[in-house]
Amino acid sequence: MLQLSGNNAPAEAVLTTLVDLHKGDAGILDRIDLPGDDARRLMELGFLPGARVTAGLSAPGGDPRVFQVDGSEIALRRETARKLKVRVERRKSPRTK
Amino acid sequence: MSACHGCDGCSPGGVVEIPASVPVKTVAVVGPPNSGKTTLFNRLTGLRQKVANFPGVTVEQHTGVMELPDGRTLSLIDLPGIYSLAPRSEDEQVAYDVLHGRRSDTAKPEAVLLVLDSTNLGRHLMLAAPILALGVPTLIILNMADDLRNRGGHLDLSELSTQLGAPVALVSARSGDGISRVLDFLTGTMAKPKPTELPVLQDVPKCREWAGAVGSRAAYRAPIPPKWTHRLDRVFLHPVAGPLIFLAVVASVFETIFIAGGPVTDWMQGLFDNSGNWLSARLPQSILTSLLLDGVWRGVGSVVKFLPQVLLLFLFIGILEDSGYLARAALIADRTMARVGLQGKSFIPLLSAYACAVPAIMATRTIENKRDRTATILIAPFMTCSARFPVYTLIIPAFLPNRGLLGPFTQAAALLGLYVLGFVVAIATARILKSSILKSGRAPFLLEMPAYRWPTVQSLSLRLLDRSKVFLRRAGTVILLAVVVLWVAAHVPTQGGHAPKIEASLAGTMGRTIEPVIKPLGFNWRIGIGLITSLVARETIIATMGTIYGMDPESQRMDMQKALHNDLSPGGAVALLIFFAFAMQCFSTVAVVRRETGGWKWPALQFAYMGALAYAGAFIAFHAIG
Repeated sequence: MLQLSGNNAPAEAVLTTLVDLHKGDAGILDRIDLPGDDARRLMELGFLPGARVTAGLSAPGGDPRVFQVDGSEIALRRETARKLKVRVERRKSPRTK
Repeated sequence: MSACHGCDGCSPGGVVEIPASVPVKTVAVVGPPNSGKTTLFNRLTGLRQKVANFPGVTVEQHTGVMELPDGRTLSLIDLPGIYSLAPRSEDEQVAYDVLHGRRSDTAKPEAVLLVLDSTNLGRHLMLAAPILALGVPTLIILNMADDLRNRGGHLDLSELSTQLGAPVALVSARSGDGISRVLDFLTGTMAKPKPTELPVLQDVPKCREWAGAVGSRAAYRAPIPPKWTHRLDRVFLHPVAGPLIFLAVVASVFETIFIAGGPVTDWMQGLFDNSGNWLSARLPQSILTSLLLDGVWRGVGSVVKFLPQVLLLFLFIGILEDSGYLARAALIADRTMARVGLQGKSFIPLLSAYACAVPAIMATRTIENKRDRTATILIAPFMTCSARFPVYTLIIPAFLPNRGLLGPFTQAAALLGLYVLGFVVAIATARILKSSILKSGRAPFLLEMPAYRWPTVQSLSLRLLDRSKVFLRRAGTVILLAVVVLWVAAHVPTQGGHAPKIEASLAGTMGRTIEPVIKPLGFNWRIGIGLITSLVARETIIATMGTIYGMDPESQRMDMQKALHNDLSPGGAVALLIFFAFAMQCFSTVAVVRRETGGWKWPALQFAYMGALAYAGAFIAFHAIG
């Protein structure tokens, strides 16, 4: 799901989704691809565009996963995390899990 | 609908101080989930609170009476936890309607206590804008002051008050620190800040921006994340240790309510039996004594005896929920439960249903999602509850000798099979419900992980008290009525001033009336009487069959099992077991479902569905085995 970001993102950042963040990775929330009310609910919990989201611990198997955002810890299922697009700094060294 | 409902209160003077001369009568407690709102409510009202449902909806209404230092009393309403005042969920709709005075059953609050978590002020302050915009005198309570202090957070209280144009109090509802400020506000002796102009806030990002700006002007420094929560989560959410701890917790809950709670329940049963016998030996023999002792006393006792088990279960759930572990348990269980369309929070209630569906259904209150909650309520009675157990252990040995393929394990295997059967049907039902009438749609599953905290004795004991009240009230109303009706059915028409033989009684007539309906299941009219009486509670069939045969189910167990062969063929016995596995023969459960779902629609549907399934299952079993 990795793809290079468009013009509106810094050159070194890539646009990805929360699902692709590993434990400890952080990204800046870009947009929420969910219908209005669902997106609003997430925004009320702190998932606002521009907010820094850090992937935390998860249930066995990685689903659902806890995300740290705006001083709270919120668990999301993969199906939801996939709809949250984040910008992450591209790593120079190979990613370790 | 404007995002923050800021429009109608944007005028200057949006904040009105309570005039000391006009006594406030109704005060609403509002706040986001996990803000410690209920802890504060408990501290302010103590034992003087009651829980009901808002009429027509499934939202719980906690009201309490609070006494002020000047002797006045006022009524406090604990509104459901909300993130915003935009009425989208049922909880938010109720909060919105109450605060706007649009519910005829609840007086419009004359003041508001807005409870926010001071350790997460940025996000929680978002709710302040729409609440202050209501124009009702509001005290902003920054809760968890001890956490803020201990973890190095900081805040300029008077500046925040100026910024918001409303009085602010920093309190710790758990320890009671700062509560006097709340009393000052309610007695009207708190200094009033100059009203401020609130911005029109149309969307969430702007709300958050405003909250952040207010916070930074008040020199708010967020505390460092809770150290212990991180340490504990590394253990409780560890890929290997996490699930093991989860299983250990689940096993100890099960062990406590089912294995340790069982003997206590038996002891309670004995208590009712012995006291009944003691009274019966001392009271004059009359039809009225019989009604009081055999009807009311034993009937109500058959429900009340479960109270210790219910309390144990709620003590466990209270500890799990208040400590913060329940959210982690729900996280671990979520994927398994998601396979049948449910979610992690359904797990504990469904497990509890193995003891008794009634507390299990009460325990579904931890599930915020209404559809998931309803689905959990609807499948809970399929779990093999402890009332089915004595029926199974009477019938299985009577018809299934311990020999054949499984040798000495045949009866145990049959018992286990019935447990599995109930579970499988519950899962199948959940799948059907969640893909049809209770489809969750796209609504995302969200689970906030609160910081770990020590549960307080006060909060646990208030919860236990509240649950016992709910449980006992039902035993005293619905169940009482049902046992009296059944007693009357078994005792009329009288024969020469004495109770008739059960065959000649109204219950016997009823058994004969339903015989054509139950004949295809392999049941005759005697079993029919048992089915009718077991509507109150499943295990009642044992006592009824004892009465019909004129035998004591305890001491003449073998004779009773022999006698059952006259009334049931092997196929009929299997049919009866399957009927008991599926049917909703429990007035208590029907009553609690009605209460928890706020109407007769769901319990009626559930009763019909379970009844149809029981009939079909028993029919197939009888015709397959013969």
